[in-house]
Amino acid sequence: MIMKLLSGDTPRSKILTLVLLAIFLCLALAPFLFPGVRSLDTAARIAIFIVLAASYDLLLGYTGVVSFAHTMFFGIGAYGVGLASQHMGRGYSALIVGSLSGALLAAALAFVIALFSLRVRAIFFAMITLAVASAVAVLVSQLSWLTGGEDGFTFRIPRELGPALRLGEFAGVKINGKLVNYYLIFTLSLILFLIMLRVVNSPFGRVLQAIRENDFRAEAIGYRVVWYRTVATCLSAAIAALAGSLFAIWLRYVGPDTTLSFAIMLDLLLMVVIGGMGTIYGAAIGATLLVLAQTYLQDLMGSAAAATEAIPLLSRLLDPDRWLLWLGVLFILSVYFFPTGIVGRLRAGK
Amino acid sequence: MTQVLLETHGLTVRFGGHVAVDAVSCAFHAGELTAIVGPNGAGKTTFFNLISGQIPASAGRVDLEGDDISRLSVSERCRRGLGRAFQLTNLFPGLSVLENVRLAIQAHRGAGRSLLTMADSHHALTTEAMAVLERVRLDRLRDQPVNALSHGNQRKLEVAMLIALDPRVYMFDEPTAGMSVDEAPVVLDLIAELKAERDRTILLVEHKMDVIRTLADRIIVLHNGALVADGEPGAVMASDVVQEAYMGKELADV
Ligand SMILES: Nc1ncnc2c1ncn2[C@@H]1O[C@H](COP(=O)(O)OP(=O)(O)OP(=O)(O)O)[C@@H](O)[C@H]1O
Ligand SMILES: [Mg+2]
Repeated sequence: MIMKLLSGDTPRSKILTLVLLAIFLCLALAPFLFPGVRSLDTAARIAIFIVLAASYDLLLGYTGVVSFAHTMFFGIGAYGVGLASQHMGRGYSALIVGSLSGALLAAALAFVIALFSLRVRAIFFAMITLAVASAVAVLVSQLSWLTGGEDGFTFRIPRELGPALRLGEFAGVKINGKLVNYYLIFTLSLILFLIMLRVVNSPFGRVLQAIRENDFRAEAIGYRVVWYRTVATCLSAAIAALAGSLFAIWLRYVGPDTTLSFAIMLDLLLMVVIGGMGTIYGAAIGATLLVLAQTYLQDLMGSAAAATEAIPLLSRLLDPDRWLLWLGVLFILSVYFFPTGIVGRLRAGK
Repeated sequence: MTQVLLETHGLTVRFGGHVAVDAVSCAFHAGELTAIVGPNGAGKTTFFNLISGQIPASAGRVDLEGDDISRLSVSERCRRGLGRAFQLTNLFPGLSVLENVRLAIQAHRGAGRSLLTMADSHHALTTEAMAVLERVRLDRLRDQPVNALSHGNQRKLEVAMLIALDPRVYMFDEPTAGMSVDEAPVVLDLIAELKAERDRTILLVEHKMDVIRTLADRIIVLHNGALVADGEPGAVMASDVVQEAYMGKELADV
């Protein structure tokens, strides 16, 4: 049963199994293990970014295609839900219509980009995605009558998914709509994650790996490489859009900074590379680490800076504003010491 | 004469001013093993590249079972029954031996488009792949990653990938190059078996004269991209044009 769910792709390392199990349990029980608005928010972000990073890994790690438009697809899903809720009125149908049309639009856009660029060369795809993603970001900030411009906009979701719904208490934790919302996101993220795990272990997924290893030979034994790359691109875009929809439902807000920014694109790259490309599980670990670091590293540094106030240079370096610097250092160290990512390292040293 | 499976008509390619393959017209029949010989740089590999589609021809045409395939993509030509093993080993290095062959079987069976089934649950593909691995004596190494294999075993796998495709036309490009004396027979015996099936066409680029003498029904000689001799092995080896153009010295040694 579990093997089926995991598509026969076990973590293949004891430590890795434990880490993944810990992430799963912490997310599944987050509201009860870590009560508080902020930690629940962090848990939801982790769940969503695991899906987003895994969908990027599908492209980068499994297909060997470099895309800079992944946050654009993420944003399309988020704006899909936001705009649908705004124009159709609050309700589940708005959420569903918004998510599905976002995913469809993302897949269609990915298809067009792939059609124009993948035929030529995989590297051309990277450049095109960069151009299209920048153009879309500009467009979103310019069309402020529709998108709210740089500020974005908030919207209303069904009452059952917001803090207004109160269902009492359980184990000392208030059961409210926010909790329902969290479990909706957790469940859908888990399903999307398992679907991706299945896809990479399907005959189709094996072809993707073959293409990554040697596209010339993949074509020579009869696989239409462009077709496979295109389908992978569309699938990855659609899932990224669905992750974006989940994020919007969670935040009840969409804006360029939370969904479209280039900073998120960099984060994604870090998540996949640090976790281990081409493993899907790596995305889960990378996303968890990075979201945690972003949320708590600044706090940690703040207290460290306060503690070392007497030492001039050190306290400067530990200033919370320098957190990106430390993240960069972390990245360089991890790529240097674990070129195959955390998952690759754990599997090799089992 | 038996059925023509593959035919080239004035097949030509130019790289800048250099004519690498020069108006080669030649028909290959079912059940026939044709050895393609010629000195280094004669255009043998390039001739293969034109047939299997890796390089577009500057002029001329390739027909497979009577249909013009010159405009088809590499993968389409392969799906139509044109199989090729490469001179420089050309595998999926990070994947296992079994997975390499399984991918070829899967391509041949058209099973690559299934997204939501588990690859490992397609037992028929795995069984078929194992059968191919046994034929090249690599079944014991099934779980080894390809980049950990010896050169000789990589060459065997290269051949296994081609056999897995079960093509109508086999193209072998120096399949035993760099193999040790005890490894080469595995591959050569296999080619002999394929030939015995009689319904396929086999093209074999080969330098070793003893191999050619035992396997070939026919020899064609390329020189500077042009087809300079074509015929039954004994006659071609003895012909003046071959003696002068290319093999004079080597033949004298034999
Ligand atoms: N893509 C290419 N671009 C330019 N020149 C090429 C290309 N491919 C082959 N050539 C040239 O065409 C000629 C024929 O090369 P080819 O590899 O077909 O020879 P070959 O008969 O297979 O030789 P060998 O016995 O060494 O394998 C050579 O002069 C080579 O340099
Ligand atoms: Mg050659």
